[in-house]
Amino acid sequence: MLQVSIYRYNPETDSEPYMQDVQVDTGGKDLMVLDVLELIKSQDTTVTYRRSCREGVCGSDGMNMNGKNGLACITPLSETVRNNKLVLRPLPGLPVVRDLVVDMSMFYAQYEKVQPFLMNDTPAPAIERLQSPEEREKLDGLYECILCACCSSACPSFWWNPDRFIGPSGLLQAYRFLADSRDTATEERLAKLDDPFSVFRCHGIQNCVNVCPKNLNPTRAIGHIRNMLLSRAT
Amino acid sequence: MVTAVTSMGRSGLYDWMMQRVSAVILLAYFIFVGCVLLNGVDYAAWKALYSQTWMRIFSLLALLSLGLHAWVGLWAVFTDYLTERLMGTTGNVLRFLAQAVSALIMFTYVVWGVQILWGL
Repeated sequence: MLQVSIYRYNPETDSEPYMQDVQVDTGGKDLMVLDVLELIKSQDTTVTYRRSCREGVCGSDGMNMNGKNGLACITPLSETVRNNKLVLRPLPGLPVVRDLVVDMSMFYAQYEKVQPFLMNDTPAPAIERLQSPEEREKLDGLYECILCACCSSACPSFWWNPDRFIGPSGLLQAYRFLADSRDTATEERLAKLDDPFSVFRCHGIQNCVNVCPKNLNPTRAIGHIRNMLLSRAT
Repeated sequence: MVTAVTSMGRSGLYDWMMQRVSAVILLAYFIFVGCVLLNGVDYAAWKALYSQTWMRIFSLLALLSLGLHAWVGLWAVFTDYLTERLMGTTGNVLRFLAQAVSALIMFTYVVWGVQILWGL
């Protein structure tokens, strides 16, 4: 029997959050953490979490498993369970709505700030804006982000300044559009990032790289933004 | 764009650059002073070293770098932990006080350092 400890909080009935211990029979199989949650929910329907695709594509079930953020649906027990114990908590640093569900408004507000869409003031061509294979290659490792918030909610700089520091996820997206050959708003984008918080609150501790379920590297993207700011200003 | 009126140079890039440049100067200074000390030095040699203008300039540069480096670093620490988000309006008052006290300490050290270096 797997010993699971789940963070429970229902603001309508609980005065404060508490940890609930549950025993789960995994049948000796190396299940995914999401499967364990489904087993628990089949016994106690009040346990609340977000989920959708169950294959690491939608980014709904980001949570903190045994102290490390990740997607429950693609994290096998063998990867996270130590001494037969699994502790599940909501993503750190974000307000809890209920149990493992967090309010992502602050995270999305930062995403919105980087204007995550192509801006191009040249006349649109008849069919589409072409890109060479080399130009397209620059977007690899950037476009794959699914906005699960595992990285930003693992970042201390984001915990302390979620309203001013854009965070690893937003900055990875910022660089995705700075690096795009079809975008012509590089100057405006960079001008908005040159303050002491938006980019420069990153101290390069790489928690984001450590937790990203898609194996992306926001720290490297932030370094590229910094270099772009530097070459623009010197 | 986030505004920050108390940071070193208002621009994040400027602060970042100053932090790096001052770090290199401090490293060079401490390696140099460390080498001098390791090679053995008596009072007369130490006094002779510090009476040369280039050494005074180098020391003043290191002193200014220390003040600058400390300001950028502490500013980041204060704006992380002493904030309105964490403690309400008290955070703003505490942060401003902490920044004022550290600025005063750094200024004092720089002026005092100049006094010592030039034997005023």
